[in-house]
Amino acid sequence: MEDRLILRVGAKILIPFILMFALYVQFHGDYGPGGGFQAGLIFASAFILYALIFGLDTAKRVLPLGFVWFCGALGVWIFAGVGVVTLVMGGEFLNYDVLAHEPEHGQELGILLVELGVLTTVFGVMVAMFYAFAGRRQVR
Amino acid sequence: MLAITALALVRLRNLFAVAMLAGIYSLLSAGLFTTLDAVDVAFTEAAVGAGISTILVLGTLALVGHEQKKARRSSVIPLVVVVLTGSILVYGTLDMPPYGDPANPAHHHVAPHYLEESEHEIGIPNVVTSVLASYRGYDTLGETTVIFTAMVGVLLLMGGLRKRENSGETDAETRESEDASGSGPVPTHGGSGTDPPKADGKKTHGEGDAHGG
Repeated sequence: MEDRLILRVGAKILIPFILMFALYVQFHGDYGPGGGFQAGLIFASAFILYALIFGLDTAKRVLPLGFVWFCGALGVWIFAGVGVVTLVMGGEFLNYDVLAHEPEHGQELGILLVELGVLTTVFGVMVAMFYAFAGRRQVR
Repeated sequence: MLAITALALVRLRNLFAVAMLAGIYSLLSAGLFTTLDAVDVAFTEAAVGAGISTILVLGTLALVGHEQKKARRSSVIPLVVVVLTGSILVYGTLDMPPYGDPANPAHHHVAPHYLEESEHEIGIPNVVTSVLASYRGYDTLGETTVIFTAMVGVLLLMGGLRKRENSGETDAETRESEDASGSGPVPTHGGSGTDPPKADGKKTHGEGDAHGG
């Protein structure tokens, strides 16, 4: 689909807004519907759209396969790491109260970090799955 | 609407239309969840069902073709099994407390505590987020691990972990520099598009061997 001008231009216009919306969903998850999972999906869909329009090779140059795998693992690592940090700081595993002086701030910080971990994993996994399915077609 | 879409899904033989209808089904479910005031669930359903999974199904269709083969065996036994399971499930719902009744057990265990105290304990207004990320943090960690495991499974099954794609070498190199620097650098040499066709043929052949052996 690399020669379709309307699709290319449309995607170029849309992708920044999709990414922005993903971040909005991520950071507004504390106040409205949304959170790391949905934000990760939206973030991934922006790159999948890019890969569909501009081709898999271009997308892999923007977002290398190794980086995507790394993201998938990094998110779990962030999540579990928050738990370990709370352990070290004297609380239970994943008890965010100890992360800051006030328990509420600790909870907010912990949730922010944990949601970031979810976002990273979901984003990495979805793009990696798409690469796996789409890259298969090239082999044939 | 959901029932009509589901029936159409069963009857259709063109898998492309089936993929599209499955997306529509998800979107309708999302609407249903929204009317039930479960906006977070609806959001997830719309993003997963109507978005990502449709794309993954279409990616699979590009590999396997668009037409479903005609079934050779009769579908009587599956139909009996499905009807039986369905009636057992419906029978199971007869015992359930009435929908929306404030006296339901689900509204008297921890739900009042979450609804009343999470504002003070967690400090964020969205109860769904505080339950997901804080009260039920272990579950969400497990869920994240499940997603990660799903990625590992897909990559193992689809062969993404082996260096046999056209751009396999590029990816491996990128990954190495990736691990070294931690950011996402662009590969220095030309992309896989510039690989000589001879190498491609060789690799495809190697893949065939891997399948045979």
